[in-house]
Amino acid sequence: MEALVASAVGVLTAAGIFLILRRRTFPVILGLSLITYAVNVFLFATGRLALNAPAVLNKYEEVPYTDPLPQALVLTAIVISFGMTAVIVMIALSAYLSAKDDHIDMSASDSVDAPGEDA
Amino acid sequence: MSLFLIAALPFLGAVFPALLIRAGRNAAASAAGLTTFLALMGLLIHIPSVMRGDVVTARFDWIPGLGLNANFMLDGLGFLFALLILAIGLLIILYARFYLSREDPMGQFYTYLLLFQGAMVGIVLSDNILLLLIFWELTSLSSFLLIGYWKHLPEGRQGARMALAVTGSGGLAMIAGMLILGNIVGSYDLSVILRNKDLIQASPYYLPALILILLGCFTKSAQFPFHFWLPHAMAAPTPVSAYLHSATMVKAGLFLMARMWPVLAGTDAWFYIVATTGLVTMLIGAVIALFKDDLKALLAFSTVSHLGLVTMLLGFGTKFAAVAAIFHIINHATFKAALFMTAGIVDHETGTRDIKRLGGLRHLMPVTFTIGTIAALSMAGLPPLNGFLSKEMMLEETVHTTWLQSHYLVPGLALLAALFSAAYSFRFISHVFLGPQRDDYPHTPHDPPVGLWLAPAFLVVLVVLIGLYSAAIVGPLVAVVSSAVIGGEKLPYYSLKLWHGFTPALYMSVVATLGGLFLLSLHKHGEKLWNALPRPEAKTIFEAIIHALTQLSRWITDELHNGVISRYAIILVAFTVGLGYYAYASGSIGVVTRVPLPAQIIPIIGWICLVGATVAIMWFHRNRLLSLVLIGVVGLIVSMAFNYLSAPDLALTQISVEVVTMILLLLSLNFLPTETPWDSTAPRRWRDAAISVVAGIGAGGLIYALMMRDFAFPTISDFHLANSYKGGGGTNVVNVILVDFRGFDTFGEIIVLGIAALIIFALTEAVLSSNVRGYLLNRKPHWPQSGDSHPLMMVVATRVMMPIALMVGAYIFFRGHNQPGGGFIAGLIVAIAFLMQYMASGYTWAIERQRFYYHGTIGWGVLIAAATGLGAWFNERPFLTSDFGYIHWPPLEEFEWATALLFDTGVFLAVLGAVMLALDSLSRFAWQPGMAQEFPMDINPLRDTPPEEEQEKEQA
Repeated sequence: MEALVASAVGVLTAAGIFLILRRRTFPVILGLSLITYAVNVFLFATGRLALNAPAVLNKYEEVPYTDPLPQALVLTAIVISFGMTAVIVMIALSAYLSAKDDHIDMSASDSVDAPGEDA
Repeated sequence: MSLFLIAALPFLGAVFPALLIRAGRNAAASAAGLTTFLALMGLLIHIPSVMRGDVVTARFDWIPGLGLNANFMLDGLGFLFALLILAIGLLIILYARFYLSREDPMGQFYTYLLLFQGAMVGIVLSDNILLLLIFWELTSLSSFLLIGYWKHLPEGRQGARMALAVTGSGGLAMIAGMLILGNIVGSYDLSVILRNKDLIQASPYYLPALILILLGCFTKSAQFPFHFWLPHAMAAPTPVSAYLHSATMVKAGLFLMARMWPVLAGTDAWFYIVATTGLVTMLIGAVIALFKDDLKALLAFSTVSHLGLVTMLLGFGTKFAAVAAIFHIINHATFKAALFMTAGIVDHETGTRDIKRLGGLRHLMPVTFTIGTIAALSMAGLPPLNGFLSKEMMLEETVHTTWLQSHYLVPGLALLAALFSAAYSFRFISHVFLGPQRDDYPHTPHDPPVGLWLAPAFLVVLVVLIGLYSAAIVGPLVAVVSSAVIGGEKLPYYSLKLWHGFTPALYMSVVATLGGLFLLSLHKHGEKLWNALPRPEAKTIFEAIIHALTQLSRWITDELHNGVISRYAIILVAFTVGLGYYAYASGSIGVVTRVPLPAQIIPIIGWICLVGATVAIMWFHRNRLLSLVLIGVVGLIVSMAFNYLSAPDLALTQISVEVVTMILLLLSLNFLPTETPWDSTAPRRWRDAAISVVAGIGAGGLIYALMMRDFAFPTISDFHLANSYKGGGGTNVVNVILVDFRGFDTFGEIIVLGIAALIIFALTEAVLSSNVRGYLLNRKPHWPQSGDSHPLMMVVATRVMMPIALMVGAYIFFRGHNQPGGGFIAGLIVAIAFLMQYMASGYTWAIERQRFYYHGTIGWGVLIAAATGLGAWFNERPFLTSDFGYIHWPPLEEFEWATALLFDTGVFLAVLGAVMLALDSLSRFAWQPGMAQEFPMDINPLRDTPPEEEQEKEQA
């Protein structure tokens, strides 16, 4: 089981990084989503894997519980990552609609404004 | 008065002048004066204990784990400096009230001045070096504001920038030095550090720490070669010069050297660095001062010279020299502040401070003449004034000092400096006040009102009294301060009196005075020679260095930050992989301690789906719609995996987030190109693939290694499991962690989520108000549209499902504390219920039935969470401590209430509002005229009449 989870994290990470290194906005967004999955599963797995042991207390008998802390962290991470995905989608969309171009890299013709010097 | 209050008073008082300036200049000045007076009184009531040699302390542990404690202490040395800062501050406040003109914003001035004063008091009272560093930087910042007070003058702005650059970078060096020092000792408390002389001096890091700390001191106290900023800082109003650049800020470096004297002094390194720097500074400052025509520049270089004198004395490392240094600090503060104020008066009344345009003022300004002359004679070191006493002690000590086996070098150069010092002091008197009266002063000079001369007059009285009755007036103070400086050891023999008999120091004094007079008589020729000599112009060099540094940083920034984002990503990934490899190669990995769980058939099928989908995304990512479908597969498998691996809360969250994310991405794909073109070369793709595979192996290997081993340290999860029910009142530990144990984190997270949603809203507003709107309105969709944009079945189904979905949301929300569920998940579920209406019945239809703004929902969510947290304060518990109890209403089961539920309501609202605001904003891009239909369905149950009849009715 551990090997399955670990290899899944590896595959998700690799695919995510490959897509992040593309030059258009949409694959980068996809790549970030994949990396989000990888990171969330990674964090979750730091609590070690357990079957049929949710961290819901049982009043009637002594049962094993899995580690609840990484779960709590990952829960908020999932929701936050939605917020962040939404922000980058919106940035990508605004950039594309304004410039009709979805390259993520600045081309040489894009001027860099030099900050003025105060006399 | 508590030391906390003394240090805080100037900061608190800084608010008042800025506010009270509307009530007039006197009100602002009085507020500043009163604050300073209160702090001064608070200091003075500690006189008895300080004079006994006790150390008054005030401790407050702020972050003990980092050694950062707000500890203050008041010993003799701190007392002397605090006294100088507050007492001279009071005089300066009085003087500035009459000095500043009607056009100057006086409220601002006093506010800056008090900020500065507070920072200085903080430095001298700190018992923690980290705290001291903060105050140290604050003085740099507040002096920047004060030097650049006359914002309209370019010299003022340049001088302020130069002072900030020099003292600020020195401060940075000092931070490093202090951290090293704290590391050597293992404590950042000064009182602990001061007891560990042997430990510090034996450490191999002693020399780097010493040099770094001295860099801070030398830049602050304008020691050669950093002396150049001080004369340029003279562009400040004269009260600032008198306060910062004679009495207080420039003495901060001396203070620190004196403070660290017990542990840093006494080594060869200390002697050769500090004493030599002091000696060189003293000589150079004195020589340049003689040839300056600007009164304030003359005084500035003279200050540089005197600071060098004190530095040299501290550098000698002997106890007698330390006493002399302390005594000279007191004397210099009195006569130099008086001289600066005199220069200010001359400038104010005659309209110029160019010595070449002055002269003959003694009859026109007799009071100013008297004050200026006495102070200048003290600076020259003539008896019976206080400057004479400490100069004698200095000369006496130089006679006993050998520098690299030379007995004559130090006394000789010190004598030369004293000679020049006498010469410029005499020049100050004779070229300004003596000589023939002139008739071309810019203004007609006369003595100023009493408010302007009172403060310097008071100081001059001190100059005379200390000179005549030194042992009685400052004797005890000098003794207490000196014993604080030398670390509580026995004081050396010294006597503060005018006549010591025919000593070498006396002969040297006589030579210096006569030589000074002689040099002044030759001033015309000397000046010609001086002007003919080539000399480096510090300002040009400084500006060249700054320019070079700016160019360098601009080059680095441009090279590294050239806008090619994929390169940043590569650098980041490659660097991270490299770091990971380094950690792997250099560390050791423990033995496997866990037995792996058996892999059953269903998880294996899930794994195949996930890996297959991921690889397919990589392969087909150019087809954007397909890759979205595939990423949905990945998300579903991940949520099922969470459920399988005992994380039902995560599974619920993941699956609902999956839904909204898919809707979001699909919406965005409406406007983006549907295909990704090929635009990287094959080698580049192979390189990227190689990097990704290595990173993937790293991440997978790391988590595999982690999962196969038990925790290296006991986790805090056991605490959570044990206390979830007892302390938090809930059995779902994950939810209790979210709303209770780590509620503060959750609180921060909902705020972040809200901010993200607001960013999206703001971006939408910005884009829709630009010319993009025109494009959007005329946009043709990528794909052929379905003939029926609001299918009947879907509209009916979603409306029927709406109450059910809301019910499920409420159910999930309320069970959250004890069963999987909670505010996050409920918020997402309800958001999906709303979204269904948007999708089925159209944006316009949905928005018309929308009764509240999503911004408000986010805001209420955060506010409710905050209010719940604040409620704990009324129970005298820390922020966000939850409370719970049980209610039993007879026919029902026992029923739990918890304040955590209220907090979770806040989370619910914030999540709901954020998700809806994000998607609502995105939907607005799609709006086109003609989309709005009054009735999303062709057949609407609300209508009694078929559409045709209705149209006819309208026409009729």
